[in-house]
Amino acid sequence: MSEAELPGAVGRNGTDPNEVVSAEEAVLRRIEAFRRKTPRMRDDFINSAHGAGGKASAALVDGVFLQAFANDALVPLTDGATLTLASGERLAFSTDSSVVNPLRFPGGSIGHLAVHGTVNDVAMMGAVPSWVSAAFILEDGFPVAELRAIVADMAEAAANAGVTIVTGDTKVVSKGAADGLYIATAGVGVIPADIHLDARSVRPGDRVLVSGTIGDHGVAVMLARGELGIEADIESDTAPLGGLVQDLLRAAPNTRWLRDPTRGGVATVCNELARDAELAVILDEADLPIRAAVNGACEILGIDPLYVANEGKLVAVVAPEEADAALAALRAHPLGSDAALIGEIRDDPPGMVVINTGFGGNRVVDMLAGDPLPRIC
Amino acid sequence: MKFVDEYRDPAAARRAVEEITAISAGEHRKFMEVCGGHTHTIYKHGIENVLPANIELVHGPGCPVCVIPMGRVDDAIALAEEPGVIFTSFGDMMRVPGSNGNLLEAKSRGADVRMVYSPLDALRIAMANPERQVVFFAIGFETTAPSTAVTLIKARAAGVTNFSVFSNHVTIVPPLKAILESPDLRLDGFIGPGHVSTVIGNRPYRFVPAQYGKPLVTSGFEPLDILQGIVMLLRQLRDGRCEVENQYTRAVRDEGNVRALEVLAEVFELRPHFEWRGLGFISHSGLKLSPAFADWDAELRYSVPGIRVADPKACQCGEVLKGVIKPWECKVFGTACTPETPIGTCMVSSEGACAAYYNYGRFTREAAAQARIPVRSA
Repeated sequence: MSEAELPGAVGRNGTDPNEVVSAEEAVLRRIEAFRRKTPRMRDDFINSAHGAGGKASAALVDGVFLQAFANDALVPLTDGATLTLASGERLAFSTDSSVVNPLRFPGGSIGHLAVHGTVNDVAMMGAVPSWVSAAFILEDGFPVAELRAIVADMAEAAANAGVTIVTGDTKVVSKGAADGLYIATAGVGVIPADIHLDARSVRPGDRVLVSGTIGDHGVAVMLARGELGIEADIESDTAPLGGLVQDLLRAAPNTRWLRDPTRGGVATVCNELARDAELAVILDEADLPIRAAVNGACEILGIDPLYVANEGKLVAVVAPEEADAALAALRAHPLGSDAALIGEIRDDPPGMVVINTGFGGNRVVDMLAGDPLPRIC
Repeated sequence: MKFVDEYRDPAAARRAVEEITAISAGEHRKFMEVCGGHTHTIYKHGIENVLPANIELVHGPGCPVCVIPMGRVDDAIALAEEPGVIFTSFGDMMRVPGSNGNLLEAKSRGADVRMVYSPLDALRIAMANPERQVVFFAIGFETTAPSTAVTLIKARAAGVTNFSVFSNHVTIVPPLKAILESPDLRLDGFIGPGHVSTVIGNRPYRFVPAQYGKPLVTSGFEPLDILQGIVMLLRQLRDGRCEVENQYTRAVRDEGNVRALEVLAEVFELRPHFEWRGLGFISHSGLKLSPAFADWDAELRYSVPGIRVADPKACQCGEVLKGVIKPWECKVFGTACTPETPIGTCMVSSEGACAAYYNYGRFTREAAAQARIPVRSA
């Protein structure tokens, strides 16, 4: 057993290894040490949890992809890679694939998602998204009229996002092999010289903002599948976030970190933030903007909206002195009218997300284990 | 949210906690919440951390997923791997480990396993796929058994023959007795199960005060319900009373739901004994399909292995289910046994004490108090 695995040795902020702690505290420390280990890929077969964005996904990425591909641009495992050119200019490069079922849902279609997913990942790196590629995997027998409609959605989404689709690829697979169609996109944008977003620049006291109501997309798609027998007026929030990011960065130039809480929701990105910053993220449940219909559907389904996907929202960590300006800038933008301050960065407990419940207690918000949701992006 | 927020009001919660602090007067009190739904609420809303330290909550056996023994999961996987079968299950059961993997893994290997939210969904799948056999993995206490019963009555009425049920329904009173007989447990009272009681009523619990001298208060599932249940238990102890009381009056009647009980009696009969995870065999604690519904009984339609599989040695689910140890006192808690790689059932279900503690409560009272310092406004 290495020193780091000894129960008492894993201190918080350099705790004395000989310190006498309660039995519960010792167990908690042992668990935290265990959790910080790189997750191991133990499964012999892929299952849906590997695609859910939680711990199993992390184990797959670390245990299979990273092992084979590891390099300086990939290792940070953010929304995309930062590539520095010989001129010193930095490019943000990201890729995304869309396999949503159904192909069309209230508020958008797979075409909108394919463009927004990629441009938002590029935007979260502080870059201005400019160019996008699109690869189509089509099923034998897929109606061309439906393809035209989806492609028109992509063209509309690209125009709204200010990007051009500059290259592509097409493959046709046998019927039943691709749920109709799958779309894979990649995007590139230039990061302005003065922008440096990084979880490691996050400091205790920084504030956590979300740009609007959470869980809309995931719940809209789940209900659109029609299997749950619940009807509600909920639309996907799918939208390009480049403009919102630029407004935010102008108002709060010391913004530390941005993320779009897609698969795995706000809870998952906050956990990644806590882990990468080695700090605590404290959220306030009462301040989370959630539509009543989304909250109601989640309550019925036994799902926590914190884990439900969004396709047009961002979570930002900003310097405390710029929090007012950041919130005002978000609210002034049409995509950020429901923006809210939802939390604060603290020292303790490091690497964890804690939520203060509306009822007056609190709990840990962990990474998702398993896959509680249907495929939604 | 309308109709829910009022049961989560922080000001009312503070008043209830003040009352609990005042009545209990520092005396150590240990109450068991029987139902997994309560355990989930307690952790999800952080109730333990707002209670005074002298009030200890012990998590009971009322989590339907947690009590399913490994052998029954193996049987389920064998059914799922029968050629031509569509095997339907609640999502929670998909990740429960048998002796050779879980249903999700069987699905990855090619079995047609589908998640449903209700047995009626399983029946609908059967009616839409008349050329396939559809088996429903029925689990749960008297709470979910009536919906299985109604589904079977509908299947019979509609003449659906390609549908069958693998019944793992159990009843709440026998394990409660087993816990009360357990010598290593000292409890001051029970927070009685809410949903089960909407069906069976409050009368079946009368033996708890009568024979064992412990008060029981049937409680609802919102945070304030549970605090109110604790207040009512403490008042009984203070006043020297010992009885069954009902906090959940908006849903539970003394006589229960007569129609649901009739349906249960029509469709099910008691097994002589049924194995409970960690608790062993308990007589008259499980439900099987009655002879009138034998044609829809998956255990008769297919040959299931039916082999009893011992729990993994390291796993202490039994002690956790009986409330003898706290989840974190289990030897494998949080290291070998985690929600991603559960060894025991208590780590699988969101109602399981171990999963609830691991996911929501994994920090000390002091850390919780620190975190509750309000987030500063922008």
